[in-house]
Amino acid sequence: MLDILNILLSDSFWAASLRIATPLIFGVLGALLCEKSGVLNLGIEGIFVTGAMVGWMAVWLGLGLWGGVLAAAVAGAAFGLLHAILTVPLGLSQHVSGLGVTMFATSLSYFTYRTALPAVSSPPKIEPFRALDIPVLSDLPFLGPVLFQQTAFTWLALLMVLLVWYVLNRTPLGVALQAVGDNPDSVDAQGLSVYGLRIGAVVAGSALMALGGAFLTMSAFDSFFFGMVNGRGWICIALVIFASWRPGKALFGALLFGAFDALQVRLQTEVGAVVPSQVFLAGPYVLSIVALVIAARRADYPRALLTPWFKGQR
Amino acid sequence: MKTIKNVTRRAALTLAAGAMTVGFGLMASTSMAAAEALKVAAIYTLPVEQQWISRIHKALNAAAERGDIEYVFSENVANTDYERVMREYAEQGKGLIVGEVFGLERAARKVAKDYPETAFLMGSSFGAVAPNFSVFDNWIHEPSYLSGMIAGATTESNVIGMVGGYAIPEVNRLMHAFMDGAREVNPEVKFIVNFIDSWYDPPKAKESAFAMMDAGADIMYAERFGVSDAAVERGVKAVGNVIDTSGDYPGTILASALWHMEATIDKAIANVKAGSFEAADYGQYSFMSYGGGSLVLDEALVSTEIVEQVRSKEADILDGLFRVNVNDARPVSDN
Repeated sequence: MLDILNILLSDSFWAASLRIATPLIFGVLGALLCEKSGVLNLGIEGIFVTGAMVGWMAVWLGLGLWGGVLAAAVAGAAFGLLHAILTVPLGLSQHVSGLGVTMFATSLSYFTYRTALPAVSSPPKIEPFRALDIPVLSDLPFLGPVLFQQTAFTWLALLMVLLVWYVLNRTPLGVALQAVGDNPDSVDAQGLSVYGLRIGAVVAGSALMALGGAFLTMSAFDSFFFGMVNGRGWICIALVIFASWRPGKALFGALLFGAFDALQVRLQTEVGAVVPSQVFLAGPYVLSIVALVIAARRADYPRALLTPWFKGQR
Repeated sequence: MKTIKNVTRRAALTLAAGAMTVGFGLMASTSMAAAEALKVAAIYTLPVEQQWISRIHKALNAAAERGDIEYVFSENVANTDYERVMREYAEQGKGLIVGEVFGLERAARKVAKDYPETAFLMGSSFGAVAPNFSVFDNWIHEPSYLSGMIAGATTESNVIGMVGGYAIPEVNRLMHAFMDGAREVNPEVKFIVNFIDSWYDPPKAKESAFAMMDAGADIMYAERFGVSDAAVERGVKAVGNVIDTSGDYPGTILASALWHMEATIDKAIANVKAGSFEAADYGQYSFMSYGGGSLVLDEALVSTEIVEQVRSKEADILDGLFRVNVNDARPVSDN
């Protein structure tokens, strides 16, 4: 018990939690934007892979780190547009289209990577985002290592939480976006474009998802590997329900998952001799299911989620 | 009749596609050695960059460059697809099929039975099956033991961290050999062992390594990609496995236990060509005495005293005077 307390009180544990949570923050925000407008985007896992590959590849080709971030976002947006066209004006099944986008985006990323780098013995490395070193702030006890020795990419994620919260709650665009996911007819009656809003939300949300993937290859690590996204996208789909479609809770949910994951590696280290490692590895997922069961009862679903809308048809 | 026709047509199409892809690369060598070049196909469940697979890929490429074989491969093949790809290559008339069947041991042996004319050389946890199914694995427990001696003698905190992929025999036995080696020179040493249950999630391996360093580890056993990166960031040392990564992490890798697949592959190719390929365990060709395993160490990072100790142990292994214990059980942390 004392061990757990020691872990929970250490700054390195919280720094690790935020690091592990960063890609999830991007992913949950992205999924949240899509779903707020009424479109479930199961393309997220593939868009993560695309972001990871494109961001890394752009830096490797010499576009610079922020160039890589931008490239990843654009690539993610492109797959978002594909999903949006299939599900919004064409009104196809959002589940099927999303899974299709995941498979297509994943395979295309692998194909592009292998075609560009046919015969590498070990994956080439880039110079990734480094931990910031802010005078005074980085040297603060506890807060310094946890917050101010993260990379700029993590800060971008935190900034996005604020931005998404602000847009959704404080701008007319946000009001329209929330309405289009609840009652598209009312939005149409206002003379706003339901398709435009939904497509825009899915494209922007997918760009955010791609940043989650890009974090893996440009900050958490410095090269691209097949399969390295490893289900992180799917976690976000669950976390967005846990977050009840609120950006603040999305941040909390991602951090909670990150903390569970950071805790499990440390617990495995402490008592791995007694308990099989699989128990710990399953831990964060089990806990997120439990949290989901508790939170989902009060979840505030966008009422028109999964419902295609056609003009003039009620 | 119809099915047979279909199969042949599909086989022909795949063959044509395969020939087009590799044709240009091999044209030079095939024109010279077309008569005796053996057709070899490899099937990997992961990309060719993966450490373990990269060693097989390298050995086969070397054989292809010598003109001994015509080499094609399929990478990232899911275990559920593996059997089909094996059959496709067998249908195409490949003389030797190399791969890894850890996830489909029984099914792979069934396929081999259906194609008695084809030689199969597969990475496997189990035994060979007559007449044509041979097995191999990375039996580099000997250099692992030696690299463990170096780690044990170099650690100052007496805590060594080990991040593994899956706790399967071929991973476990190298970890145990490493631990035995470290304990031989330093009875005080303690180990922290984690498995991430993935072959290929470097960010996760890295986080696992950070957690171990937080718990006091000052040397990391880098079984997975990502661990050495964490070591570099915290300024601790690492010990490599299977491949030599000292170029990527200068000043960090104390030593690496290397696997050389050439001995195994060349033996299999020679046997197939001579018509004497039989079901056998090729595992021994990864032993140091066959040149299948070796130790590389960074003399700038390791004290001369321990280098001498390791070299004399190495000589004992090569002379058959010392045998590294094989333990396939899952290694656990010391508490």
